[in-house]
Amino acid sequence: MSMIEFKNVEKYYGNFHALKNINLKIDEGETVVLIGPSGSGKSTLIRTVNGLEEIQEGQLLVNGFDLHDPKTDMNRIRKNVGMVFQHFNLYNNKSTIENVMLAPRLVLKRDEAENKREAMALLEKVGLADKAANMPSELSGGQKQRAAIARSLAMKPKALLFDEPTSALDPEMIGDVLDVMRDIAKDSSMTMLVVTHEMSFAKAVADRVIFMADGEILEDSSTKEFFENPKEERAKQFLSQVADH
Amino acid sequence: MALLQNNFPTFMQGFGYTLLSSLIALVGSMILGTAFAIMQIVPKKWVRKVGNVYVQVFRNIPLLIITFFFFLVVSKYVKMSGFMSGTIALMLYTSAFIAETVRAGILSIDGGQMEGARANGLSFAQAMQYIILPQAFRVALPSLGNQFINLVKNSSILAFVGGLDLMYQGNMIAANTFETFSTYIIVGILYLIITLPLSYYMQHLERKLKHAA
Repeated sequence: MSMIEFKNVEKYYGNFHALKNINLKIDEGETVVLIGPSGSGKSTLIRTVNGLEEIQEGQLLVNGFDLHDPKTDMNRIRKNVGMVFQHFNLYNNKSTIENVMLAPRLVLKRDEAENKREAMALLEKVGLADKAANMPSELSGGQKQRAAIARSLAMKPKALLFDEPTSALDPEMIGDVLDVMRDIAKDSSMTMLVVTHEMSFAKAVADRVIFMADGEILEDSSTKEFFENPKEERAKQFLSQVADH
Repeated sequence: MALLQNNFPTFMQGFGYTLLSSLIALVGSMILGTAFAIMQIVPKKWVRKVGNVYVQVFRNIPLLIITFFFFLVVSKYVKMSGFMSGTIALMLYTSAFIAETVRAGILSIDGGQMEGARANGLSFAQAMQYIILPQAFRVALPSLGNQFINLVKNSSILAFVGGLDLMYQGNMIAANTFETFSTYIIVGILYLIITLPLSYYMQHLERKLKHAA
């Protein structure tokens, strides 16, 4: 079953045509990496999936709900679709563990003792058990991002969106975050859509690679095929520019 | 000193009413002000418009006129004392300023906080209550302190409508004893007894919350 499906989706910012006739199907459990030059619409595309950006035309089905239908309850979609941001967006007024526990408590009405147990387990998983009581301002960038991933996982989402999760990190922090993401990708039931410039991560983890430029999807192929034999000239050019050194 | 001793109950009654009026107006204006601050930033355009009109009306009319409006006009339809009309006017007037202060506080919070909360599954109201407002209040605290102190002093408007407050009682005592200067010195000191601890408390709160972040 497809978890995310774009059908002829168009998105405009005023006169600017940000997404052009997007057709894309992502199945449950798939890990898909979205790459392309900056300004190509990757972030816009991923942000439409949980309704942070509205689409103007077409159909966007997420977990069976049509996001373009005004009757669709966005909060219900977001319960099942987590998002990890480039700039973390941790709650600055809450400790690390409170960041993880807040949404399950408010939205899922999870029992407090169980909530705490699960939050601690998640912090353990991302290597932050000793930072549970710290405020976000006391964490490094990499720790913040891992806390943000734990916060998303606490909602037990069916899909996770990553919007350039390592772009704001110092180089030595990136590895830990990617390791956590790799672990999540191994969980076969989790659908992941990742915007990233980390080609080694894409090669190692992605089932499929989507290449975007100027608001269009130019290539949608298996990871192996994309890296070994890209069809589009733009994709070849892009790959040579970001090639792992 | 004799002046204070002879009129002590009257001074104290005035002090009590000023304190009570300030307290009611402070709580009320915080609630109203926060509500109208939020109204001015929600996506729905007509709600924003209503919030903005409210703030512009009450912020741009002298407090005395609002007080007279309640005392002379509204009281014809709804029975209310001078104390009540003055206190309500004070509450509405101050709430317009608090709305602007809180709105500025909200706008100073990085948009990523709201996006993070919404993406995490929280509703707009939950995001406001648990994430945005606590941070916005902290930012707005110094100017909220100003508003609170202004509110206490502005409560002297009650004297114009027989509100039994400190200023009103002071006027009475001054008129009866002809000791105008000493009376208003005492009145001034009694206002300080309310406003100074309030300022210190607000400064204390500022320091405390700074460390909490």
